[in-house]
Amino acid sequence: MSAIANHPETHEDILIREQGYDDHFHEHHHGDKYQSNFITKYIFSQDHKMISKQFLITGMIWAIIGAGMSIIFRLQLGFPEESLLWLKPLLGKWITVNSEGIGKLAPEFYYALVTMHGTIIVFFVLTAGLSGTFSNLLIPLQIGARDMASGFLNMLSYWFFFLSSIIMFYSLFLSTGPFSGGWTAYPPLSALPQASDGSKTGMTLWLVSLTFFVVSVLLGGINYITTVLNLRTKGMTMWRMPLTIWAFFVTAILGLLSFPVLVSGFLLLMFDRGMGTSFYLSEIFVDGKALENVGGSPILFQHLFWFLGHPEVYIIILPAMGLVSEVLSVHTRKPIFGYKAMVFSILAIGFLSFIVWAHHMFMAGVNPFLSNFFVVFTLIIAVPSAVKVFNWIATIYGGNVRLNAPSLFAIGFVSMFISGGLTGIFLGNSAIDIQMHDTYFVVAHFHIVMGVAAFFGMFAGVYHWFPKLYGRFMNETLGKIHFWGTLIGAYAIFWPMHYLGMAGVPRRYYTFDNFETFKHFSSLNQFITIAAALVFLIQLLFVVNFFYSIWKGKKVTSRNPWESSTLEWTTPIEHIHGNWPGNIPSVHRWPYDYAKDGKDFISQVEPLGVGEEDSGSH
Amino acid sequence: MTTLIVVLCIILAGIVFVQIGKLTELTAKIRGEKNAEYASNYWNSILGVIFMICFLLYCVWSAYDMKNYFLGFGPHTSASAHGSSLDSVFKITLFFTGIVFIITHVLLFWFTYKFHGREGSKAKFISHDNKLEVIWTAVPAIVMTFLVVGGLNAWNKVMADVKPDDKAIEIEATAYQFAWTLRYPGPDGLLGTKNYKLIGGANDIGQDWTDPKNYDDIKPDKLVLPVGQKVRIRIVARDVLHNFYLPQFRVKMDAVPGMPTYFVFTPTKTTEEYRAELKKYPEYNEPADPKDPNGKKRWEAFEYELACAELCGNGHFSMRREVKIVSQEEYNKWLSEQKSFYLTSIRNTVDDPNKGKKLAIDPIEVAKDTTKVIIEEKKEEGK
Repeated sequence: MSAIANHPETHEDILIREQGYDDHFHEHHHGDKYQSNFITKYIFSQDHKMISKQFLITGMIWAIIGAGMSIIFRLQLGFPEESLLWLKPLLGKWITVNSEGIGKLAPEFYYALVTMHGTIIVFFVLTAGLSGTFSNLLIPLQIGARDMASGFLNMLSYWFFFLSSIIMFYSLFLSTGPFSGGWTAYPPLSALPQASDGSKTGMTLWLVSLTFFVVSVLLGGINYITTVLNLRTKGMTMWRMPLTIWAFFVTAILGLLSFPVLVSGFLLLMFDRGMGTSFYLSEIFVDGKALENVGGSPILFQHLFWFLGHPEVYIIILPAMGLVSEVLSVHTRKPIFGYKAMVFSILAIGFLSFIVWAHHMFMAGVNPFLSNFFVVFTLIIAVPSAVKVFNWIATIYGGNVRLNAPSLFAIGFVSMFISGGLTGIFLGNSAIDIQMHDTYFVVAHFHIVMGVAAFFGMFAGVYHWFPKLYGRFMNETLGKIHFWGTLIGAYAIFWPMHYLGMAGVPRRYYTFDNFETFKHFSSLNQFITIAAALVFLIQLLFVVNFFYSIWKGKKVTSRNPWESSTLEWTTPIEHIHGNWPGNIPSVHRWPYDYAKDGKDFISQVEPLGVGEEDSGSH
Repeated sequence: MTTLIVVLCIILAGIVFVQIGKLTELTAKIRGEKNAEYASNYWNSILGVIFMICFLLYCVWSAYDMKNYFLGFGPHTSASAHGSSLDSVFKITLFFTGIVFIITHVLLFWFTYKFHGREGSKAKFISHDNKLEVIWTAVPAIVMTFLVVGGLNAWNKVMADVKPDDKAIEIEATAYQFAWTLRYPGPDGLLGTKNYKLIGGANDIGQDWTDPKNYDDIKPDKLVLPVGQKVRIRIVARDVLHNFYLPQFRVKMDAVPGMPTYFVFTPTKTTEEYRAELKKYPEYNEPADPKDPNGKKRWEAFEYELACAELCGNGHFSMRREVKIVSQEEYNKWLSEQKSFYLTSIRNTVDDPNKGKKLAIDPIEVAKDTTKVIIEEKKEEGK
């Protein structure tokens, strides 16, 4: 690159000139030895772009299953009187038929569906499907690397996820049903097969599946961190990384530090289940027998679980935030507002996420004095979160906004993050949590802030990087219908749940008929169910659009269809192993030079002009 | 057949949408990609503003419509002494978050409209503004401090245990799959000791019948409490986690096997007073059972309820107990009518270790003196 010649040569430059900057200097052709046949190209691929597609499509399949489950249990909540006989071919014995021929969803399967919905969406869709897809696709492409640090570990990461998926899927067909004790799997319910059918083989498989899942996350995470730290191209300093990379990097660190703690919790649970230990069990009388176990504490599991569980929600939302920052900047044709503040808030959120876990346990019987600290730290998170929101809004200010599917979803994300974030201020305050804990208010809060918002970030990412993934565009009109339908629909589902929560209606109830206090909201519940079904159908539109566009979408004709300044758009449209033919480009500026000096955008590879200052340096 | 039709309709709708998509792509080509993009920018930014207005109006309208279910509004004010402090933290938070919610949404969609891409428009290069950023970091920090101080102040008062000189009744609630057992201390004011290994037969919570404090303990099927009297609930679980939840009293605490927890509260409204309050609101004058329009109205059917709020298995949704708040006189009368569980169900059965023997303390004699229900102090913690 000629740019190197502009600077005085250092020792490093000489080394680079003599030995080459990147791993190997030869041309990288499509179909070299790593991608020579069908199996190595499409199945056991070590190419990060292919692995990214594998994560995405597996995640989409899980999303359809997980969301479909929610529709079934919403039918029970919205229309408890209606017959579900038509679901019998699908659910078999879990639809019980009474003497009048009315088919009812069995309570044990209702709880299994609720549990599986949570597990699948949190882990398989919003962790693997979101972070797995975009970290894999964008880290090497945006930092200027040929591939991940270890292509082999990367491949293993996907296949451990696949193994974990297969085990979880298999557990759906057990005669005792899949695990049904809630995605948080609190013992003793999850530890005692006598306490619930779902805690039998279903729970064993759940534990095994999620343990493999953690292996997948760790292999991926180690790779992401190593790649970001070591394989940045020349000139790509940490302060020149796009916010996507910052987000994936911090996400991977969070995962690496918190998931092993979850496994330790699982391990003790397995001991309690199978080996007669008493880590979580004490003074229990169940199924007509008093158990021998004494001295354990169920609260220990909650600490171990939420030590992962809380960082986990940031593992979900940080990548979405990164994607949204990037998409907003590109499509407003403006630099992201307050780049450094954005990075520091990602770091602050990442750090704080480790010291707030017990806010899930205010009412769990922990010492109330301890909650004081967790309230303080929890509400401090509102500050970096608020900074991010204001910065996104300021990014739109003064822009030249293209309102296409990716940017609409990014804007929708901001709206969702505001709505869901603000209700977090209620719940994080332990005094209000006394009433709100485990009510529909909580359900509304976390679905909006980490469910819908993360999905919006993911959609923004898929629509935006689809040309990079498949060399074609997704259909814009369908994308916009998808956006408006989902935005309105998602609020229609979750907004009314706040009112249910304020009225005290508890979550995880199969029916509300037993309680005078909770039973008078049937029209609201019906409304929510109808909205949920419609939103589910609209998501199918996305699926149709996605697969249709892979083969029939409008072709991308230029390398850089969005006129973006980041590195992934300097690679050829056709995927090649090693990403760039010839040398990897060097980077000379921060990633957000939009609208600078009268130019629409300046690519990161363009050298600084005479006397020009890198805008990211202050 | 209907399933088939529904599936076909969905597929048809999918095809229609795909065709619409293709068509717009084609017209965009004819009109020129740039022009089509500007038109789409315009219409979507307008849609954004319309959405924002409708959404905010919906929020305000629905909040107004549901105002009687908000904490601390309408009839949904707390029925316990501590509850009002938590309701006021809720109101303050609602006020601040409401302002932020409206301002940010207006700005988000207004800016999107104002700066939508159009012919000849250019973006401004604005990378940061330190002064602005300091302001919008400091303001949330100050508001948060305010909310934290208010919240923790309330929290620490609410969660405090009874002090030695407090006059509180201690009642035990034992949760199991899928019901509650309530235990009152009886005239001696003390709950007898328990051991989970003694559970079995009629002894559903494992009371130790060699402990005389157990002789007068009563186990009613309702939680009856006198108004204005401080109550300490000792919360116990027999098998898995449960949660002792009294929605109207702002009381919630997990029941943990092996570790008794507690919640202290003072009811301030009798069931009758709460009903009278509900009667003033139209939604509570509708029939309690929609199928029976001439039956009891909702305010008449109203009862305070005890529910479980921690997933405990397949019957989680059914753990109901009725709660009655009555005047002190009614309470004393009710209590005097209750019979000792030991005397009615255990005495002289095979489970009774004192079978055939005379008891050292005669519970019948003690039971006559119902004024002693108040604990002087928790001298002995029952197990």
